[in-house]
Amino acid sequence: MSHDPRALPEQPSWLWRNPEPKRSYDVVIVGAGGHGLATAYYLARNHGITNVAVLERGWLAGGNMARNTTIIRSNYLLDESAALYDHALRLWETWPEELDYDFLFSQRGVLNLAHTMQDVRDSKRRAFSNQLNGVDAEWLTPDEVAKICPILNVSSEVRYPVLGATFQPRAGIAKHDHVAWALARKADAMGIDLIQGCEVTGFVTAPAGAGGTGTDGDRVVGVHTNRGTINAGRIGLAAAGRTSTLTEQLGIRLPVQSHPLQALVSELLEPIHPTVVMSNHVHVYVSQAHKGELVLGAGIDSYNSYAQRGSVPVIERQMAAAIELFPMFARAQVLRTWGGIVDVSPDASPIIGPTPVGNLFVNCGWGTGGFKATPAAGWTFAHTLATGQPHALNEPYGLDRFATGALIDEHGAAAVAH
Amino acid sequence: MLLIECPWCGGRDETEFGYGGQAHLSYPDDPHELSDERWAEYLFMRDNPRGPFAERWVHSAGCRRWFNVLRDTATNEITASYPIDAREPVAR
Ligand SMILES: Cc1cc2nc3c(=O)[nH]c(=O)nc-3n(C[C@H](O)[C@H](O)[C@H](O)COP(=O)(O)OP(=O)(O)OC[C@H]3O[C@@H](n4cnc5c(N)ncnc54)[C@H](O)[C@@H]3O)c2cc1C
Ligand SMILES: [Zn+2]
Repeated sequence: MSHDPRALPEQPSWLWRNPEPKRSYDVVIVGAGGHGLATAYYLARNHGITNVAVLERGWLAGGNMARNTTIIRSNYLLDESAALYDHALRLWETWPEELDYDFLFSQRGVLNLAHTMQDVRDSKRRAFSNQLNGVDAEWLTPDEVAKICPILNVSSEVRYPVLGATFQPRAGIAKHDHVAWALARKADAMGIDLIQGCEVTGFVTAPAGAGGTGTDGDRVVGVHTNRGTINAGRIGLAAAGRTSTLTEQLGIRLPVQSHPLQALVSELLEPIHPTVVMSNHVHVYVSQAHKGELVLGAGIDSYNSYAQRGSVPVIERQMAAAIELFPMFARAQVLRTWGGIVDVSPDASPIIGPTPVGNLFVNCGWGTGGFKATPAAGWTFAHTLATGQPHALNEPYGLDRFATGALIDEHGAAAVAH
Repeated sequence: MLLIECPWCGGRDETEFGYGGQAHLSYPDDPHELSDERWAEYLFMRDNPRGPFAERWVHSAGCRRWFNVLRDTATNEITASYPIDAREPVAR
Protein backbone atom coordinates (compact mmCIF):
# COMPACT_ATOMS: atom_id res chain seq x y z
CA MET A 1 0.00 0.00 0.00
CA SER A 2 1.47 3.34 -0.96
CA HIS A 3 1.69 5.93 1.81
CA ASP A 4 0.28 9.40 1.21
CA PRO A 5 2.78 11.74 2.90
CA ARG A 6 0.03 14.30 3.52
CA ALA A 7 -2.08 11.83 5.48
CA LEU A 8 -2.25 12.31 9.23
CA PRO A 9 -0.52 9.62 11.24
CA GLU A 10 -2.86 6.88 12.33
CA GLN A 11 -4.52 7.53 15.68
CA PRO A 12 -2.94 5.16 18.20
CA SER A 13 -5.53 3.03 19.92
CA TRP A 14 -6.92 4.55 23.10
CA LEU A 15 -5.67 3.04 26.33
CA TRP A 16 -9.07 3.14 28.02
CA ARG A 17 -12.77 3.48 27.13
CA ASN A 18 -14.70 6.67 27.86
CA PRO A 19 -17.90 5.16 29.25
CA GLU A 20 -21.07 6.97 30.28
CA PRO A 21 -21.51 6.84 34.05
CA LYS A 22 -23.81 4.09 35.31
CA ARG A 23 -26.48 4.89 37.92
CA SER A 24 -24.76 2.98 40.66
CA TYR A 25 -21.40 1.50 41.67
CA ASP A 26 -20.08 -0.48 44.62
CA VAL A 27 -17.28 2.05 45.01
CA VAL A 28 -16.95 5.57 43.63
CA ILE A 29 -13.50 7.18 43.73
CA VAL A 30 -13.34 10.96 43.35
CA GLY A 31 -10.23 12.06 41.45
CA ALA A 32 -8.35 10.32 38.62
CA GLY A 33 -4.87 11.33 39.68
CA GLY A 34 -2.26 8.69 40.42
CA HIS A 35 -3.81 7.86 43.77
CA GLY A 36 -7.37 7.44 42.49
CA LEU A 37 -6.16 5.27 39.59
CA ALA A 38 -3.90 3.12 41.79
CA THR A 39 -6.78 2.67 44.24
CA ALA A 40 -9.07 1.50 41.43
CA TYR A 41 -6.37 -0.83 40.13
CA TYR A 42 -5.85 -2.47 43.52
CA LEU A 43 -9.60 -2.69 44.26
CA ALA A 44 -9.80 -4.92 41.20
CA ARG A 45 -6.48 -6.73 41.51
CA ASN A 46 -6.29 -7.30 45.27
CA HIS A 47 -9.97 -7.39 46.22
CA GLY A 48 -11.85 -8.48 43.10
CA ILE A 49 -14.05 -5.37 43.24
CA THR A 50 -14.61 -4.11 39.70
CA ASN A 51 -18.00 -2.35 39.87
CA VAL A 52 -16.05 0.84 40.43
CA ALA A 53 -16.03 4.31 38.88
CA VAL A 54 -13.27 6.89 39.06
CA LEU A 55 -14.80 10.36 38.57
CA GLU A 56 -12.56 13.13 37.31
CA ARG A 57 -13.62 16.77 36.95
CA GLY A 58 -10.96 17.53 34.32
CA TRP A 59 -8.99 15.05 32.30
CA LEU A 60 -7.30 11.93 33.55
CA ALA A 61 -4.17 12.74 35.61
CA GLY A 62 -4.24 16.45 34.78
CA GLY A 63 -3.83 17.54 38.42
CA ASN A 64 -0.72 17.12 40.56
CA MET A 65 -0.05 13.82 38.83
CA ALA A 66 0.89 15.82 35.72
CA ARG A 67 2.68 18.56 37.65
CA ASN A 68 5.03 16.81 40.05
CA THR A 69 8.79 16.46 39.75
CA THR A 70 8.59 12.64 40.03
CA ILE A 71 11.08 12.08 42.84
CA ILE A 72 10.65 8.64 44.36
CA ARG A 73 12.41 7.72 47.60
CA SER A 74 11.65 6.05 50.92
CA ASN A 75 14.34 7.46 53.24
CA TYR A 76 11.90 8.83 55.82
CA LEU A 77 12.84 9.08 59.50
CA LEU A 78 9.90 7.58 61.36
CA ASP A 79 8.91 3.90 61.47
CA GLU A 80 5.37 4.51 60.19
CA SER A 81 6.70 6.51 57.24
CA ALA A 82 9.52 4.14 56.34
CA ALA A 83 7.02 1.26 56.31
CA LEU A 84 4.56 3.08 54.03
CA TYR A 85 7.02 4.69 51.62
CA ASP A 86 9.26 1.64 51.32
CA HIS A 87 6.21 -0.51 50.60
CA ALA A 88 5.57 1.94 47.78
CA LEU A 89 9.15 1.71 46.53
CA ARG A 90 9.04 -2.09 46.50
CA LEU A 91 5.84 -1.91 44.45
CA TRP A 92 7.44 0.61 42.05
CA GLU A 93 10.15 -2.01 41.46
CA THR A 94 7.53 -4.53 40.31
CA TRP A 95 5.20 -2.18 38.43
CA PRO A 96 6.88 -1.85 35.01
CA GLU A 97 6.52 -5.60 34.51
CA GLU A 98 3.20 -6.00 36.30
CA LEU A 99 1.57 -3.10 34.44
CA ASP A 100 3.37 -4.10 31.27
CA TYR A 101 4.39 -0.53 30.52
CA ASP A 102 7.83 1.01 30.39
CA PHE A 103 7.34 4.28 32.25
CA LEU A 104 11.08 4.89 32.54
CA PHE A 105 11.43 4.14 36.24
CA SER A 106 15.09 4.96 36.83
CA GLN A 107 16.67 4.08 40.18
CA ARG A 108 19.48 6.61 39.91
CA GLY A 109 19.63 7.32 43.65
CA VAL A 110 18.99 10.44 45.71
CA LEU A 111 21.50 12.58 47.60
CA ASN A 112 20.08 14.63 50.48
CA LEU A 113 22.72 17.24 51.23
CA ALA A 114 23.78 18.50 54.66
CA HIS A 115 25.12 22.06 54.99
CA THR A 116 25.21 22.70 58.75
CA MET A 117 26.28 20.70 61.79
CA GLN A 118 22.63 20.26 62.72
CA ASP A 119 21.93 18.99 59.19
CA VAL A 120 24.78 16.50 59.60
CA ARG A 121 23.42 15.17 62.89
CA ASP A 122 19.84 14.96 61.55
CA SER A 123 20.97 13.30 58.32
CA LYS A 124 23.05 10.65 60.08
CA ARG A 125 20.18 9.97 62.46
CA ARG A 126 17.85 9.52 59.48
CA ALA A 127 20.30 7.20 57.69
CA PHE A 128 20.73 5.06 60.83
CA SER A 129 16.97 4.96 61.33
CA ASN A 130 16.55 3.91 57.67
CA GLN A 131 19.09 1.10 58.14
CA LEU A 132 17.21 -0.19 61.19
CA ASN A 133 14.04 -0.20 59.08
CA GLY A 134 15.68 -2.08 56.22
CA VAL A 135 15.71 0.97 53.94
CA ASP A 136 18.90 1.36 51.91
CA ALA A 137 20.65 4.54 53.06
CA GLU A 138 24.14 5.60 53.91
CA TRP A 139 26.04 8.66 55.05
CA LEU A 140 28.62 10.02 52.59
CA THR A 141 31.49 12.48 53.04
CA PRO A 142 31.86 15.38 50.56
CA ASP A 143 34.49 13.42 48.59
CA GLU A 144 32.14 10.46 48.29
CA VAL A 145 29.31 12.82 47.29
CA ALA A 146 31.49 14.26 44.51
CA LYS A 147 32.15 10.76 43.16
CA ILE A 148 28.42 10.15 42.77
CA CYS A 149 27.62 13.60 41.39
CA PRO A 150 30.78 15.18 39.91
CA ILE A 151 28.98 18.34 38.74
CA LEU A 152 27.96 19.29 42.28
CA ASN A 153 30.00 22.07 43.86
CA VAL A 154 31.49 20.58 47.05
CA SER A 155 33.98 23.40 47.58
CA SER A 156 34.36 24.63 51.15
CA GLU A 157 34.53 28.20 49.86
CA VAL A 158 30.78 28.74 49.40
CA ARG A 159 28.27 30.24 51.82
CA TYR A 160 26.75 26.85 52.69
CA PRO A 161 29.37 24.20 51.88
CA VAL A 162 28.28 20.59 51.38
CA LEU A 163 29.32 18.85 54.61
CA GLY A 164 28.10 15.46 53.45
CA ALA A 165 24.92 13.77 52.33
CA THR A 166 22.73 10.75 52.77
CA PHE A 167 22.42 8.52 49.72
CA GLN A 168 19.58 6.16 48.89
CA PRO A 169 20.59 4.16 45.80
CA ARG A 170 17.10 2.68 45.18
CA ALA A 171 15.51 6.13 44.91
CA GLY A 172 14.89 7.70 41.50
CA ILE A 173 12.44 9.19 39.04
CA ALA A 174 9.76 7.98 36.60
CA LYS A 175 7.66 9.41 33.81
CA HIS A 176 4.52 10.48 35.66
CA ASP A 177 2.06 10.66 32.74
CA HIS A 178 3.00 7.18 31.61
CA VAL A 179 2.47 5.82 35.13
CA ALA A 180 -1.07 7.21 35.06
CA TRP A 181 -1.75 5.78 31.60
CA ALA A 182 -0.37 2.39 32.61
CA LEU A 183 -2.70 2.27 35.62
CA ALA A 184 -5.67 3.56 33.60
CA ARG A 185 -5.22 0.91 30.93
CA LYS A 186 -5.09 -1.91 33.50
CA ALA A 187 -8.00 -0.62 35.57
CA ASP A 188 -10.09 -0.16 32.43
CA ALA A 189 -9.24 -3.65 31.19
CA MET A 190 -10.50 -5.07 34.49
CA GLY A 191 -13.85 -3.36 33.93
CA ILE A 192 -13.48 -0.16 35.94
CA ASP A 193 -15.17 2.96 34.51
CA LEU A 194 -12.85 5.97 34.23
CA ILE A 195 -15.11 8.98 33.72
CA GLN A 196 -13.52 12.26 32.72
CA GLY A 197 -15.26 15.62 32.73
CA CYS A 198 -17.36 14.51 35.69
CA GLU A 199 -17.17 16.87 38.66
CA VAL A 200 -18.50 15.82 42.03
CA THR A 201 -20.49 18.76 43.38
CA GLY A 202 -22.07 17.26 46.50
CA PHE A 203 -23.18 14.13 48.32
CA VAL A 204 -26.38 12.16 48.69
CA THR A 205 -26.86 11.30 52.35
CA ALA A 206 -29.17 8.64 53.71
CA PRO A 207 -32.14 9.46 55.90
CA ALA A 208 -32.37 7.67 59.23
CA GLY A 209 -32.95 3.98 58.57
CA ALA A 210 -36.07 1.98 59.34
CA GLY A 211 -36.55 1.07 62.98
CA GLY A 212 -34.73 4.22 64.08
CA THR A 213 -31.26 3.11 62.97
CA GLY A 214 -28.81 5.93 62.49
CA THR A 215 -29.59 9.60 62.20
CA ASP A 216 -30.31 11.78 59.19
CA GLY A 217 -27.24 12.34 57.09
CA ASP A 218 -24.90 10.13 59.11
CA ARG A 219 -23.79 8.28 55.99
CA VAL A 220 -23.37 8.93 52.28
CA VAL A 221 -24.99 6.80 49.59
CA GLY A 222 -24.05 8.69 46.43
CA VAL A 223 -22.60 11.76 44.79
CA HIS A 224 -24.09 14.62 42.82
CA THR A 225 -22.15 15.42 39.66
CA ASN A 226 -22.48 17.64 36.61
CA ARG A 227 -23.52 14.43 34.84
CA GLY A 228 -26.23 13.40 37.25
CA THR A 229 -26.48 11.58 40.53
CA ILE A 230 -24.45 8.41 40.97
CA ASN A 231 -25.18 6.00 43.79
CA ALA A 232 -22.30 4.38 45.63
CA GLY A 233 -21.82 1.78 48.31
CA ARG A 234 -18.64 3.45 49.46
CA ILE A 235 -17.00 6.69 48.40
CA GLY A 236 -13.27 7.37 48.46
CA LEU A 237 -11.94 10.90 48.06
CA ALA A 238 -8.59 11.13 46.25
CA ALA A 239 -9.01 14.76 45.21
CA ALA A 240 -5.69 16.18 46.54
CA GLY A 241 -5.89 19.99 47.04
CA ARG A 242 -9.68 20.07 46.65
CA THR A 243 -10.55 17.40 49.22
CA SER A 244 -11.61 19.78 51.97
CA THR A 245 -13.94 21.71 49.65
CA LEU A 246 -15.86 18.41 49.32
CA THR A 247 -15.86 17.34 52.97
CA GLU A 248 -16.89 20.79 54.21
CA GLN A 249 -20.26 20.21 52.52
CA LEU A 250 -20.83 17.45 55.06
CA GLY A 251 -19.55 19.53 57.96
CA ILE A 252 -16.29 17.54 58.17
CA ARG A 253 -13.30 19.78 58.84
CA LEU A 254 -9.98 18.35 57.73
CA PRO A 255 -6.61 19.52 59.09
CA VAL A 256 -5.32 20.43 55.63
CA GLN A 257 -4.50 23.72 53.93
CA SER A 258 -4.29 24.06 50.15
CA HIS A 259 -1.18 25.80 48.85
CA PRO A 260 0.45 26.35 45.46
CA LEU A 261 3.57 24.27 44.83
CA GLN A 262 5.65 25.33 41.85
CA ALA A 263 8.32 23.69 39.72
CA LEU A 264 10.27 24.49 36.56
CA VAL A 265 12.23 22.88 33.76
CA SER A 266 15.15 24.07 31.66
CA GLU A 267 15.53 23.54 27.95
CA LEU A 268 16.83 20.13 26.86
CA LEU A 269 20.50 19.52 27.68
CA GLU A 270 22.92 16.66 27.12
CA PRO A 271 22.80 14.04 29.90
CA ILE A 272 25.00 15.53 32.60
CA HIS A 273 23.29 15.05 35.97
CA PRO A 274 23.50 11.40 37.05
CA THR A 275 21.32 11.34 40.17
CA VAL A 276 18.75 13.34 42.17
CA VAL A 277 20.09 16.06 44.48
CA MET A 278 17.99 17.59 47.23
CA SER A 279 18.99 20.27 49.70
CA ASN A 280 16.79 21.21 52.60
CA HIS A 281 19.00 24.04 53.72
CA VAL A 282 19.56 26.04 50.55
CA HIS A 283 16.16 24.64 49.55
CA VAL A 284 16.04 23.24 46.07
CA TYR A 285 16.05 19.86 44.44
CA VAL A 286 17.35 19.06 40.97
CA SER A 287 17.24 16.08 38.66
CA GLN A 288 17.52 15.64 34.90
CA ALA A 289 14.63 14.02 33.09
CA HIS A 290 15.14 11.42 30.39
CA LYS A 291 14.57 13.86 27.55
CA GLY A 292 17.27 16.14 28.98
CA GLU A 293 15.51 18.96 30.80
CA LEU A 294 16.67 19.89 34.29
CA VAL A 295 13.75 19.59 36.70
CA LEU A 296 13.79 21.92 39.71
CA GLY A 297 11.47 22.38 42.65
CA ALA A 298 11.41 23.58 46.24
CA GLY A 299 8.78 24.45 48.84
CA ILE A 300 5.20 25.70 48.79
CA ASP A 301 4.10 29.30 48.37
CA SER A 302 3.26 30.51 51.86
CA TYR A 303 -0.39 31.46 51.32
CA ASN A 304 -3.50 29.33 50.76
CA SER A 305 -4.63 29.25 47.16
CA TYR A 306 -6.57 27.25 44.59
CA ALA A 307 -5.27 29.30 41.65
CA GLN A 308 -2.79 26.66 40.37
CA ARG A 309 -0.06 29.26 40.08
CA GLY A 310 2.38 30.84 42.49
CA SER A 311 4.63 33.84 42.95
CA VAL A 312 7.80 34.48 40.91
CA PRO A 313 10.15 35.12 43.88
CA VAL A 314 9.68 31.50 44.93
CA ILE A 315 11.03 30.43 41.54
CA GLU A 316 13.87 32.95 41.73
CA ARG A 317 14.95 31.64 45.13
CA GLN A 318 15.13 28.02 44.02
CA MET A 319 17.09 28.95 40.90
CA ALA A 320 19.60 30.90 43.03
CA ALA A 321 19.99 27.85 45.25
CA ALA A 322 20.44 25.55 42.26
CA ILE A 323 23.19 27.74 40.81
CA GLU A 324 25.01 27.77 44.12
CA LEU A 325 25.05 23.97 44.07
CA PHE A 326 25.59 23.58 40.30
CA PRO A 327 27.51 26.62 38.98
CA MET A 328 27.51 25.09 35.49
CA PHE A 329 23.72 25.50 35.27
CA ALA A 330 24.00 29.31 35.45
CA ARG A 331 23.48 29.73 31.73
CA ALA A 332 20.68 27.21 31.27
CA GLN A 333 17.39 28.75 30.11
CA VAL A 334 14.12 28.26 31.91
CA LEU A 335 11.67 26.64 29.53
CA ARG A 336 8.57 26.82 31.69
CA THR A 337 7.29 27.05 35.25
CA TRP A 338 3.97 25.83 36.62
CA GLY A 339 2.11 25.18 39.82
CA GLY A 340 -0.19 22.60 41.37
CA ILE A 341 -2.38 22.82 44.47
CA VAL A 342 -1.24 20.58 47.29
CA ASP A 343 -3.08 19.78 50.53
CA VAL A 344 -0.64 20.21 53.41
CA SER A 345 -1.28 18.56 56.78
CA PRO A 346 0.07 19.74 60.16
CA ASP A 347 2.55 16.85 60.54
CA ALA A 348 3.50 16.58 56.83
CA SER A 349 2.01 13.08 56.74
CA PRO A 350 -1.05 11.92 54.82
CA ILE A 351 -4.52 11.11 56.14
CA ILE A 352 -5.83 7.75 54.90
CA GLY A 353 -8.91 6.31 56.52
CA PRO A 354 -12.56 6.64 57.51
CA THR A 355 -14.35 9.92 58.28
CA PRO A 356 -17.08 10.66 60.85
CA VAL A 357 -19.63 10.13 58.03
CA GLY A 358 -20.43 6.50 57.21
CA ASN A 359 -19.27 5.07 53.83
CA LEU A 360 -17.01 8.08 53.24
CA PHE A 361 -13.23 7.64 53.25
CA VAL A 362 -10.37 10.05 52.57
CA ASN A 363 -6.90 9.77 51.10
CA CYS A 364 -5.51 13.27 51.42
CA GLY A 365 -2.91 15.47 53.09
CA TRP A 366 -0.09 14.11 50.89
CA GLY A 367 1.01 17.68 50.37
CA THR A 368 4.24 18.01 48.46
CA GLY A 369 5.26 14.35 48.44
CA GLY A 370 2.58 11.94 47.31
CA PHE A 371 3.82 10.90 43.87
CA LYS A 372 6.43 8.55 45.31
CA ALA A 373 3.72 6.96 47.43
CA THR A 374 1.28 6.32 44.58
CA PRO A 375 1.46 2.51 44.79
CA ALA A 376 1.13 2.46 48.59
CA ALA A 377 -1.67 5.02 48.61
CA GLY A 378 -3.54 2.82 46.15
CA TRP A 379 -2.75 -0.38 48.07
CA THR A 380 -3.87 0.92 51.47
CA PHE A 381 -6.82 3.01 50.27
CA ALA A 382 -8.17 0.08 48.24
CA HIS A 383 -7.91 -2.12 51.32
CA THR A 384 -9.67 0.51 53.43
CA LEU A 385 -12.48 0.92 50.88
CA ALA A 386 -12.86 -2.84 50.32
CA THR A 387 -12.96 -3.85 53.97
CA GLY A 388 -14.07 -0.66 55.72
CA GLN A 389 -10.97 -1.01 57.90
CA PRO A 390 -7.48 0.44 57.52
CA HIS A 391 -4.61 -1.79 56.40
CA ALA A 392 -1.82 -2.17 58.97
CA LEU A 393 0.26 0.29 56.91
CA ASN A 394 -2.30 3.13 57.09
CA GLU A 395 -3.68 2.37 60.56
CA PRO A 396 -1.46 5.10 62.11
CA TYR A 397 -2.57 7.59 59.44
CA GLY A 398 -6.18 8.11 60.57
CA LEU A 399 -7.88 11.44 61.24
CA ASP A 400 -8.07 10.49 64.92
CA ARG A 401 -4.34 11.08 65.39
CA PHE A 402 -4.92 14.82 65.64
CA ALA A 403 -7.04 14.31 68.77
CA THR A 404 -4.93 11.53 70.31
CA GLY A 405 -1.71 13.43 69.65
CA ALA A 406 -0.08 10.44 67.89
CA LEU A 407 1.20 12.64 65.07
CA ILE A 408 3.65 11.31 62.49
CA ASP A 409 5.82 14.37 62.47
CA GLU A 410 8.00 14.18 59.38
CA HIS A 411 8.54 17.96 59.14
CA GLY A 412 12.12 18.74 58.34
CA ALA A 413 13.11 15.30 59.49
CA ALA A 414 12.84 13.83 56.01
CA ALA A 415 14.94 16.10 53.83
CA VAL A 416 13.09 18.49 51.52
CA ALA A 417 9.50 17.40 51.72
CA HIS A 418 9.11 15.76 48.30
CA MET B 1 3.56 38.10 43.10
CA LEU B 2 0.90 39.50 45.40
CA LEU B 3 0.74 43.23 46.02
CA ILE B 4 -0.34 43.53 49.64
CA GLU B 5 -1.72 46.64 51.27
CA CYS B 6 -0.26 47.19 54.75
CA PRO B 7 -2.77 49.36 56.69
CA TRP B 8 0.16 51.49 57.93
CA CYS B 9 2.70 51.48 55.07
CA GLY B 10 0.56 51.08 51.96
CA GLY B 11 0.96 48.63 49.08
CA ARG B 12 4.17 46.59 49.07
CA ASP B 13 5.50 43.44 47.39
CA GLU B 14 4.59 40.10 48.90
CA THR B 15 8.28 39.39 49.66
CA GLU B 16 8.14 41.98 52.48
CA PHE B 17 5.47 39.98 54.31
CA GLY B 18 5.07 36.78 56.27
CA TYR B 19 1.90 34.69 56.21
CA GLY B 20 -0.11 33.81 59.30
CA GLY B 21 -3.01 31.72 57.99
CA GLN B 22 -6.67 32.07 59.01
CA ALA B 23 -7.57 35.28 60.87
CA HIS B 24 -9.99 35.91 63.75
CA LEU B 25 -8.89 32.96 65.87
CA SER B 26 -8.37 33.38 69.56
CA TYR B 27 -6.77 31.29 72.24
CA PRO B 28 -9.37 29.31 74.19
CA ASP B 29 -10.48 31.05 77.39
CA ASP B 30 -9.75 27.97 79.44
CA PRO B 31 -7.78 25.32 77.53
CA HIS B 32 -8.12 22.86 80.43
CA GLU B 33 -11.88 22.82 79.87
CA LEU B 34 -11.49 21.49 76.33
CA SER B 35 -11.87 17.85 75.36
CA ASP B 36 -9.08 16.34 73.23
CA GLU B 37 -11.31 16.75 70.18
CA ARG B 38 -11.96 20.45 70.88
CA TRP B 39 -8.26 21.02 71.55
CA ALA B 40 -7.39 19.32 68.24
CA GLU B 41 -9.97 21.58 66.61
CA TYR B 42 -8.24 24.65 68.03
CA LEU B 43 -4.70 23.46 67.23
CA PHE B 44 -5.09 21.86 63.82
CA MET B 45 -8.37 22.60 62.08
CA ARG B 46 -8.52 25.70 59.90
CA ASP B 47 -10.94 26.84 57.26
CA ASN B 48 -9.64 26.11 53.76
CA PRO B 49 -12.19 27.77 51.49
CA ARG B 50 -12.00 28.23 47.75
CA GLY B 51 -13.18 31.84 47.70
CA PRO B 52 -13.02 34.76 50.15
CA PHE B 53 -10.67 34.09 53.07
CA ALA B 54 -9.79 36.35 55.99
CA GLU B 55 -6.12 35.79 56.76
CA ARG B 56 -3.25 37.23 58.76
CA TRP B 57 -0.11 38.79 57.33
CA VAL B 58 2.86 40.42 59.07
CA HIS B 59 4.88 43.21 57.49
CA SER B 60 8.22 41.60 58.47
CA ALA B 61 10.46 43.81 56.29
CA GLY B 62 8.51 46.99 57.06
CA CYS B 63 6.63 48.13 60.16
CA ARG B 64 6.59 44.55 61.56
CA ARG B 65 2.94 44.78 62.49
CA TRP B 66 0.32 42.07 62.05
CA PHE B 67 -2.89 42.85 60.18
CA ASN B 68 -5.66 41.05 58.32
CA VAL B 69 -6.42 40.74 54.65
CA LEU B 70 -9.50 39.52 52.83
CA ARG B 71 -8.33 37.61 49.73
CA ASP B 72 -10.12 35.35 47.29
CA THR B 73 -8.17 32.07 47.20
CA ALA B 74 -9.52 31.20 43.75
CA THR B 75 -8.33 34.42 42.07
CA ASN B 76 -5.85 35.91 44.61
CA GLU B 77 -7.81 39.19 44.45
CA ILE B 78 -7.42 41.19 47.67
CA THR B 79 -10.55 43.14 48.57
CA ALA B 80 -9.73 44.47 52.04
CA SER B 81 -6.84 45.06 54.40
CA TYR B 82 -7.60 46.02 58.01
CA PRO B 83 -6.17 46.21 61.53
CA ILE B 84 -6.03 43.01 63.56
CA ASP B 85 -8.72 44.12 66.03
CA ALA B 86 -11.21 45.33 63.41
CA ARG B 87 -14.20 43.23 62.43
CA GLU B 88 -14.05 41.13 59.26
CA PRO B 89 -15.47 43.13 56.34
CA VAL B 90 -18.31 41.51 54.45
CA ALA B 91 -17.02 39.92 51.24
CA ARG B 92 -18.16 41.62 48.06
C1 LIG C 1 5.07 21.09 41.49
C2 LIG C 1 4.89 19.79 42.24
C3 LIG C 1 5.99 18.97 42.45
C4 LIG C 1 5.85 17.77 43.14
N1 LIG C 1 6.93 16.94 43.25
C5 LIG C 1 6.79 15.73 43.85
C6 LIG C 1 7.89 14.83 43.86
O1 LIG C 1 8.97 15.10 43.32
N2 LIG C 1 7.73 13.62 44.49
C7 LIG C 1 6.55 13.29 45.10
O2 LIG C 1 6.48 12.22 45.69
N3 LIG C 1 5.48 14.11 45.07
C8 LIG C 1 5.56 15.34 44.46
N4 LIG C 1 4.48 16.19 44.40
C9 LIG C 1 3.23 15.82 45.10
C10 LIG C 1 2.36 14.88 44.29
O3 LIG C 1 2.19 15.41 42.99
C11 LIG C 1 0.98 14.71 44.95
O4 LIG C 1 1.13 14.40 46.32
C12 LIG C 1 0.17 13.59 44.30
O5 LIG C 1 0.16 13.75 42.91
C13 LIG C 1 -1.26 13.60 44.85
O6 LIG C 1 -2.02 12.48 44.42
P1 LIG C 1 -2.79 12.41 43.02
O7 LIG C 1 -1.80 12.05 41.98
O8 LIG C 1 -3.91 11.50 43.16
O9 LIG C 1 -3.29 13.94 42.87
P2 LIG C 1 -3.93 14.68 41.61
O10 LIG C 1 -3.26 14.27 40.36
O11 LIG C 1 -3.97 16.13 41.94
O12 LIG C 1 -5.39 14.05 41.59
C14 LIG C 1 -6.54 14.62 42.18
C15 LIG C 1 -7.61 14.66 41.10
O13 LIG C 1 -8.87 14.94 41.68
C16 LIG C 1 -9.61 15.70 40.76
N5 LIG C 1 -10.72 16.35 41.47
C17 LIG C 1 -10.64 17.29 42.45
N6 LIG C 1 -11.86 17.65 42.85
C18 LIG C 1 -12.74 16.91 42.14
C19 LIG C 1 -14.18 16.83 42.11
N7 LIG C 1 -14.94 17.60 42.91
N8 LIG C 1 -14.76 15.96 41.24
C20 LIG C 1 -14.00 15.18 40.41
N9 LIG C 1 -12.64 15.22 40.41
C21 LIG C 1 -12.03 16.07 41.26
C22 LIG C 1 -8.57 16.67 40.21
O14 LIG C 1 -8.99 17.24 39.00
C23 LIG C 1 -7.35 15.78 40.08
O15 LIG C 1 -7.21 15.22 38.79
C24 LIG C 1 4.58 17.40 43.70
C25 LIG C 1 3.47 18.23 43.50
C26 LIG C 1 3.61 19.41 42.75
C27 LIG C 1 2.41 20.28 42.54
ZN1 LIG D 1 3.72 48.03 57.32
